[in-house]
Amino acid sequence: MMQKLKSGWVTLGIVLALGILPPVFLWSGQAFYMDLATRLIILAIAAVSLNLILGFGGLVSFGHAAFIGIGAYCVGIPTYHATYGEFGAIATYSGLFQILLAVTAAALFALITGMICLRTKGVYFIMITMAFAQMVFYLFVSLEAYGGDDGLVIDTRSEFPLINLDDPLQMYLFSYASLVAALLIVRTIIRSRFGAVLRGAKDNNERVVTLGYNTYLYRLTAYVISGAICGYAGALLGNFTTFISPEMMDWTRSGELMFMVILGGAGTTLGPVLGSLIFILVEEVLSHFTIYWHLPFGIMLIAIVLFVRGGLMGLVSGNAN
Amino acid sequence: MDAALFFIQMFNGVQLGLLLFLVASGLTLVFGILDFVNLAHGSLYMIGAFVCASLTLLTGNFLWAVLIALPITAVVGFFIERIVVRRLYHRSHLDQVLATFGLILVLDTSAHLIWGPAGIAVPLPAWLDGRVELFSGFVVPSFRLLIIATGLVIAAGLFWLVNYTRLGMLIRAGASNRTMVSALGIDIQTLFTLVFALGAVLAGLAGMLISPITEASIGMGGEIIITAFVVIIIGGIGSMKGAFIAAIIIGLIDTMGRSFLDDLFKIVMSTEAAETSAPAVSAMLIYILMALILALRPQGLFPPKVR
Repeated sequence: MMQKLKSGWVTLGIVLALGILPPVFLWSGQAFYMDLATRLIILAIAAVSLNLILGFGGLVSFGHAAFIGIGAYCVGIPTYHATYGEFGAIATYSGLFQILLAVTAAALFALITGMICLRTKGVYFIMITMAFAQMVFYLFVSLEAYGGDDGLVIDTRSEFPLINLDDPLQMYLFSYASLVAALLIVRTIIRSRFGAVLRGAKDNNERVVTLGYNTYLYRLTAYVISGAICGYAGALLGNFTTFISPEMMDWTRSGELMFMVILGGAGTTLGPVLGSLIFILVEEVLSHFTIYWHLPFGIMLIAIVLFVRGGLMGLVSGNAN
Repeated sequence: MDAALFFIQMFNGVQLGLLLFLVASGLTLVFGILDFVNLAHGSLYMIGAFVCASLTLLTGNFLWAVLIALPITAVVGFFIERIVVRRLYHRSHLDQVLATFGLILVLDTSAHLIWGPAGIAVPLPAWLDGRVELFSGFVVPSFRLLIIATGLVIAAGLFWLVNYTRLGMLIRAGASNRTMVSALGIDIQTLFTLVFALGAVLAGLAGMLISPITEASIGMGGEIIITAFVVIIIGGIGSMKGAFIAAIIIGLIDTMGRSFLDDLFKIVMSTEAAETSAPAVSAMLIYILMALILALRPQGLFPPKVR
């Protein structure tokens, strides 16, 4: 119990530090760290969304990068048409519209693919989610109108009342507030009766089914919520990088998201944030030293799977293995 | 739509299908017997291509290069199994996916270190580089014909190996009950290493065969592995027969879709609409097929009976 409290405090401290430190970096003239922190926060939102189904629901989705891509293109495409004409119905710079579109489109994609994926289990589920994500990848590669393989530059960031995303600090704080909101949403879900069913089905599906719950519907709902949050993260990422391309939803991106969740500790509310933090920092430090940084990085990933059980949250709380 | 082009594309579709089968057969073998999800299977395909490319440039002969490269990929597979894969058999599929994801980074970056960032083109001997007329008006590249022949021979060989040899019997027995096989005094660890190395050779061979057409490059493994996964999902994971049939279906549908879908669309919609939508739909065609098949049969077309 004490150890559980300890790990909670450590991560809570990190989350708070993430709220305070980057603005300090900015004021001290270190804009680079601010950029890094913004990217980290946005990917952490995606990891938190994946954790909802992977960590708490036991559903190993290998296709979450698709939701990021869908969200990002839901910012890119309306902006493109607002700038270059055609498709008046969706042509707008309005951030509220774009975010709503991103969340809806991601949720819809999650609903349709989830209905098929969730009929399968185990390794089938892993591969099918991966294949569907690759389908979206190839769809955007073949859409020449939006740049195809080369991607799309977002000329104008989403416009919100009172908020200006062109300002790095405001972009950061907006993302940070979104992360906190995503964490609160996941926490509320997990502590509700819905969350209890979801976690119960992970441990023993038959038992929960016997209790009279339609676990398929519960899982589908969780999958849709997770996809929607991830689509939101994609909309943020598009706004942050101002350049979007199918590469954002390559299956290796999905793999990285999974790693962030596992690294931090799947099935802990704050774990994915810790995982994203370590992942991005290690990536940044290693890529500083050599262009072959994927080699030590890959070895590190293998070593973590082989020797660290329960992720870093497990290490902190002292119950690894 | 003219008939000659149609047959040429059929031919290309079958060729792609057999190549996919080579990759998918190793994947399904390793999964069916070792219960192991190997994302890094595509990297073995890439290694096969690179080793073959280097050897072709060294020996000046593509066929010699293939013959020498095959045992080399087996050795690579052997060491990967001994060092990493072996520790993961009793782990969850999630752990296997993550560890082999790390393995991809290691193998791809190693290839980058050894062979450099650019792809390597593989020259063919003159007698393989030409075209042959199969029957009147139907001229095909002789190298693609070789790929088809090799694919068919390997498929027949695997069928014979799995169904009619002692090793095949052990493989099938190991797939249905691992503990029982080792209780009967069979060295299951060695069997597993053999199977993994066999999978590596099959993937490597596919990479060698494609390298004269596309050249050996770093990203090639990642591209084929997803399609190979689609193949074994449709076929039923662990089923060799399923992998063969699904690979041919996928090869045909993908090739035909890319060539003729716009013509088909033009019947029902305007030329402009057809030309914009056809590439998008044909890129998604195999995934749509996968979704349809899974909606009807969640375990694929030929799910192995015992699992």
